[in-house]
Amino acid sequence: METLERILAQHQFFKDLSPEYLTLVTGCASNVRFEQDQYIFRVGDEANQFYLIREGRIALQLFSPDRGQITVETLGEGDILGWSWLIPPYFYVFDAKILDVTRAIALDGKCLRRKCEEDHTFGYELLKRFSSLLEHRLETTRLQLLDLYGVRS
Amino acid sequence: MYRIEPDALNELIQVLQKEQYAVIGPTLRGEAIVLDTISSASELPVGKTDEQAPAHYRVEDKAEKTFFGASVGPHSWKRYFFPPTLKMFSARKDGESFEVTEDIDNPESTKRYALLGVRACDLSAIQVQDKVFGGGAYRDPAYLRLRQQAFIVAVNCTRAGGTCFCSSLRTGPRARVGFDLALTEVVDQGHFLLVEVGTDKGEAVLSGVQRQPAKDEEVEGAEHAIRAAAQLTGRSLEPDQTREILYSNAEHPRWEVVGKRCLSCANCTMVCPTCFCTTVEDVTDLTGSNAERVRKWDSCFTLDFSYIHGGSVRASSRARYRHWITHKLASWVDQFGTTGCVGCGRCITWCPVGIDITEEFRVIRETYLMNTRGKSST
Amino acid sequence: MIPRPFVVKKVRWETEDTFTVELTPREGRSKFDFLPGQFNMIYLYGVGEVPISICGDPSDSVLVHTTRAVGTVTKAMAKLGRGDSVGIRGPFGTSWPVAEARGKDVVFVAGGIGLPPLRPALYEILAHRENYGKVVLLYGTRTPSDIVFKDELEQWRARFDLEVFITVDRATEGWRGNVGVVTTLIHKAGFDAHNTIAMIVGPEVMMRFTTIEFLKRGVSPDSIYLSMERNMKCGIGLCGHCQFGPLFICKDGPVFRYPQLKDLLVKWEI
Repeated sequence: METLERILAQHQFFKDLSPEYLTLVTGCASNVRFEQDQYIFRVGDEANQFYLIREGRIALQLFSPDRGQITVETLGEGDILGWSWLIPPYFYVFDAKILDVTRAIALDGKCLRRKCEEDHTFGYELLKRFSSLLEHRLETTRLQLLDLYGVRS
Repeated sequence: MYRIEPDALNELIQVLQKEQYAVIGPTLRGEAIVLDTISSASELPVGKTDEQAPAHYRVEDKAEKTFFGASVGPHSWKRYFFPPTLKMFSARKDGESFEVTEDIDNPESTKRYALLGVRACDLSAIQVQDKVFGGGAYRDPAYLRLRQQAFIVAVNCTRAGGTCFCSSLRTGPRARVGFDLALTEVVDQGHFLLVEVGTDKGEAVLSGVQRQPAKDEEVEGAEHAIRAAAQLTGRSLEPDQTREILYSNAEHPRWEVVGKRCLSCANCTMVCPTCFCTTVEDVTDLTGSNAERVRKWDSCFTLDFSYIHGGSVRASSRARYRHWITHKLASWVDQFGTTGCVGCGRCITWCPVGIDITEEFRVIRETYLMNTRGKSST
Repeated sequence: MIPRPFVVKKVRWETEDTFTVELTPREGRSKFDFLPGQFNMIYLYGVGEVPISICGDPSDSVLVHTTRAVGTVTKAMAKLGRGDSVGIRGPFGTSWPVAEARGKDVVFVAGGIGLPPLRPALYEILAHRENYGKVVLLYGTRTPSDIVFKDELEQWRARFDLEVFITVDRATEGWRGNVGVVTTLIHKAGFDAHNTIAMIVGPEVMMRFTTIEFLKRGVSPDSIYLSMERNMKCGIGLCGHCQFGPLFICKDGPVFRYPQLKDLLVKWEI
């Protein structure tokens, strides 16, 4: 059975993180499991966690009165879910609904935030990784926005 | 090398007509020297010359009664092997289906042309188009048939035109290959023409004309005049490294400058002797029971030339000019092994705003040389 | 070259604006030989021609084309019924590297109407499945209602020797599938980057970003193939319309290896 620390070490997101910092992160990590159609978090919830998805699929959704529940993006194995824990005012802006049974590692954002304030080097290491993640999401979101497959009128 | 007297030129035309050729030559129409069918040497632009410059063309009189005293006009010989319009096939409706017939014996594509007065640059242009229409996996059968049946009488230039630049491209002023007969008109030792025989076909036709062997000093005099024409050419275009120069400068600020001047009128592509782009038009008669597909000359300067998926790939005139010159000087080399430009100067003369291909290329080339010189010195 | 009459056997609407026609020759050999990736110039009597990729099974005798009804000719095609005739000139162009992919993993990435041109290669590979490693199909469309070949996709998904991932840019209510651009599916595909052939068809922007994603993962540029499109009038390299830099899409393509296109794809209005 793999330890949490080993799983985290192998994940692309924590690549090249020093062993001491990895231990720090592991200290704030725990295994979680969600059932189909469950909501991990909802809009407006306090953002205290982020998740490393090991298995399953999650839909990021929002509700609009005229269009109902809309899925803006789906995430799955290997993806990181949630960054609102890092950015004030620390509230989730989407709903996260489980499409397929999901196993993930939950990381205590509140705890990690505190550690980032105490140790800025650690904070920088996390921020570096998150900005890379955000940049990638921005790129894919922009491609989505382009409506590339739409027919030009 | 032979010498013929001016009257013999008419004899030559008669011989060609007897051989069932439609003789095409330069002739004065209104205020320009164009190409058309002629039936006698008097229909050539006798005693005429031209004054050409960017966006400028004038026919002038000259003292000597030369036949070939002018340079090339707005027409090029491509219109004879590669007609401006050509029917590709007819289709007839047949219930739910249709029948398609190719017009193989269409007179448009079976004519026998004798081209009289082909300058060296235009001869090179014909060879360039031979590669385009005859050198690939798919060939143009109409072009090949018309080409094979044609008789070519070239003319060496003894006078530099106002806008042309064959010498730097090594496409003239002397006609080297690809002709049945080549003439050089001499006026400073009396008036006569020297004739060089290029093929057996040429020899056979020439044998029906009064001729005598040319004297050495006559040949030398002609050589001298041809060399002078080369030296007095005002423009030049260096054909080396056109690909490196143009491919690496797609974002050169010059494109913006020329793009603002260019009207996208497509004159350059119409007068250019090597431009070959076409479009097709499918038309039906009023009843709808007969349809036709016609191929027509097209130009990359039109907005819908590159139309796809609701828009044009080259929407700006800047992009279209860049495409034309890059194709002509660079891509052509990758596609066909030579540049597409033969230095005839027509695009410069007939551009309404006088855009000069040699000038545009020079600017880009200078940037390229500056950049690469900097690199090699480190 | 003149169009050869073909008869419509069947018309099927895949989505609101996309349809498939199945054709057989009116006379002569009943099998239309082509290589996956090639296209035909389809002639509608009195209307004109349009280049469309061949999208059927190369071993089948019926000639299949799937297209969107967007222009004059395709809109006329959309009105065809069983028994009507079209003219066919072709097959033209270069083909997918089906032979070169033997012994390797194969990843197909289709964007929008890009799935039909890839389908013949997929059929051919499935017909000789033992010669290939992992085979994956990644397919992205605008919305769930734009998915073509729905029935077939279900059959493919049910196979154990083929992985199919579908995603949409925009979900409709009730859609439980993936949402996001097709590039986000690449990391799910689990292929050996050093022994893979990637074949990509879709809008140019999508193909560029998909290529970047493969390159990031260590796939060699020589192993990435794209299918390009441009305005065509002749299909045989003579009319000049389909030029992309020095390349004629109709005869140097439509299938290209990425290194051939690398410098051209980043230039504007080329």
